Amino acid sequence: MDFTFTEEQELMRESVKKFAAKDYDFETRRKIVDSDAGFSRDMLTKFAELGWTSVPFSEEDGGFGGSAVDTMIVLEELAKGLVVEPYLSCIVFPGALLKRGNKALRAAHLPQLIETTKLYAVAYAEQDARFDVYHQQTRAEKDGDGFRLYGDKVAVFGGASADYLIVAARTSGAVGDARGITLFVVPSEDKGVQRLDHRTVDGLRMADVRFEGVSVPADAVVGEIDGGGPVLERAVDEATIALGAEAMGVMEVLYKTTVTYTKERVQFGHPISKFQTLQFRMADMYVAYEEAKSMVYMASMSVDSDQDVAKAASAMKVCVGKAGTRVGEEAIQLHGGMGMTEELAVSHFFKRMTMIGLQFGDVSHHLKRYQACCQD
Amino acid sequence: MNLEFTQEELAFRDQVRAFIREKFPDDIRSKVDRGQTLTKEDHVRWQKILHEQGWAAPSWPVEWGGCDWTQTQKHIFAGELGAAGCPPVIAFGIKMVAPVIYTYGNEEQKKRFLPDILASNVWWCQGYSEPGAGSDLASLTTRAVRDGDHYVVNGVKAWTTQAQYADWIFCLVRTDPDVKKQRGISFLLIDMKTPGVSVHPVITMEGGHEVNETHFENVRVPAENLIGEENSGWTYAKYLLTHERTSNSIGSLRRSLSLVRQAAKKTKLGGSTLADDPDFSRRAAELEIDIQALEFLTLRILSTVEAGGSPGAKSSIIKLRGTEIGQAINRLMLTAAGYGAMAYYPKIEPGPGELTTHAAGVYFNNRKTTIYAGSSEVQRGIISKAELGL
Repeated sequence: MDFTFTEEQELMRESVKKFAAKDYDFETRRKIVDSDAGFSRDMLTKFAELGWTSVPFSEEDGGFGGSAVDTMIVLEELAKGLVVEPYLSCIVFPGALLKRGNKALRAAHLPQLIETTKLYAVAYAEQDARFDVYHQQTRAEKDGDGFRLYGDKVAVFGGASADYLIVAARTSGAVGDARGITLFVVPSEDKGVQRLDHRTVDGLRMADVRFEGVSVPADAVVGEIDGGGPVLERAVDEATIALGAEAMGVMEVLYKTTVTYTKERVQFGHPISKFQTLQFRMADMYVAYEEAKSMVYMASMSVDSDQDVAKAASAMKVCVGKAGTRVGEEAIQLHGGMGMTEELAVSHFFKRMTMIGLQFGDVSHHLKRYQACCQD
Repeated sequence: MNLEFTQEELAFRDQVRAFIREKFPDDIRSKVDRGQTLTKEDHVRWQKILHEQGWAAPSWPVEWGGCDWTQTQKHIFAGELGAAGCPPVIAFGIKMVAPVIYTYGNEEQKKRFLPDILASNVWWCQGYSEPGAGSDLASLTTRAVRDGDHYVVNGVKAWTTQAQYADWIFCLVRTDPDVKKQRGISFLLIDMKTPGVSVHPVITMEGGHEVNETHFENVRVPAENLIGEENSGWTYAKYLLTHERTSNSIGSLRRSLSLVRQAAKKTKLGGSTLADDPDFSRRAAELEIDIQALEFLTLRILSTVEAGGSPGAKSSIIKLRGTEIGQAINRLMLTAAGYGAMAYYPKIEPGPGELTTHAAGVYFNNRKTTIYAGSSEVQRGIISKAELGL
């Protein structure tokens, strides 16, 4: 067992950290969030130039050959700046699906994904599925050599700007079956694709997408026909773990900002940090953060060693979900009235933390899934 | 960063497992699993088995009988012993006074005391707390006054666990009442057979006799029993507390939880068992995840230590969370026991011998864990000062 980072990893961390601190101040972020697209293509291009977008991909696919731990480092540091450019949604998550496709498919898509000349997003979630990845009502009906897609997707992060959508659809079986799901790469400008863009409460963009008989050729299939379920589940787990890395960065900012604020805020003639009630609560925030961080490390390493990834992802999400709620709510409480305002960064970190708690499944969902994993 | 054990580490783990399979007595295991109180004889027998193998005190310096192990090996060793239900080492000798002796004692003291501690020939107890000095330990008032080549000790020590069995006691005593309270404390070793030492039992709520009040009336202690320098005892005491808090409870927490699950499987509920009850299994799953988080936090800290760093106040997190999780497991065992927890049997007796027989006794007794060795509130104080700079 080894819990140390390599020199290369430390260098990469420094590079992302420097970017988040210098090139992504709060005002810059605010302008980007308020722009039409809700993120900056130039920033994404910069990520590509700095090599960050190639981290999750093998050298064979034109990547840097990085590990899940490398991805974790990038996302942890981006999260500390609340960077809204969709590194997770448009690089890591679709990448986790595409890299499991055949050689021709990888060669067609991964280079442009890594260069960010084309954007990708994953359309898998459905309104009635809650967090179950196998609950797929979207249908892919056979049409000559190809398929036609019918159905509705929700929570497609980065979906409004994506050039391609990776869509999960049912080619056989019943709605909740693991078998019978197929993954398709669909150009988003195709006829029959309708998108409704939403701004999320934490400043990101997501879309609802309707597929009305969209025609897709057979070579647009990722992996095997009917065999996309487990591929999707694994990719969602990897994305969940990557989201855990963001949570770790957000929580660190939340507890540290709170410590700093209480040292500066004077009431009753003392900095409020001198009050034991507040000290103990901050100690508990710190303990929750350290536990959550340990679980994110554990889960990231489980991807790299390919050990019990589903169980690790769910255990991590339970721990991070609980810790995130505690740290976030306490951060606001200890900031007092100022914590309620939009002016202070802390409220934005709290909103982000809260949405992370829901994305890819909340504590309740992952606790049940964890129990199911233990019974296998 | 990676999760895998090396081939050498896996081989080491197998060696530890084989040793436990071969040497750990079933009668002791059965008592541990059922929450029964172990006798002194049980503890000594197991410690001597470990000692024969050379594993009685892995953390000690090798020259005094410690093991030349990495932090990972120590983690594996503690985890395997805990998971197999081996009795935890009685801390006072091996884990508490010995580190102080080999770190701050003179050569003479090391030769005199360490071998008998290692072999469990001599039993120790701890004289720290007093009726008026609990969490505020530094306010202790037991006096030691120099008289020729002796100290004369007067005072009362509270919560002296196993003083009724102990041959020696290590004490914090006040040698200078006129300076800042932390500055006038010394670390003194006292033979329990010395005239003027008396032990008075204190019975705790589950009916057990673990702790005592130990009185000192004009007890004459040879000055050669002073550790280190006079009035530097507080430094040694703080060092010792850090040792006490980094103890690794992951293996035994896992075992306790697994015993709760076993008990739940035997508890009928509707057409099934309690183990299938959604509320019960949710609570068990949450505890399992809590243990895993604590495990990886511990591993991260050990990795820092391996690289030459200090665990610092992070060892307080281990103490704080380890005891909270342990108590939650005890609470869940009460749920699993139901009416089975209500009949009283002294913990020293087997009773009906079910896993749940002593559920209440264990639950009540373990309320101590968040109070002793620096209460949870003291730990939060340390964390907020040392880690958060508050």
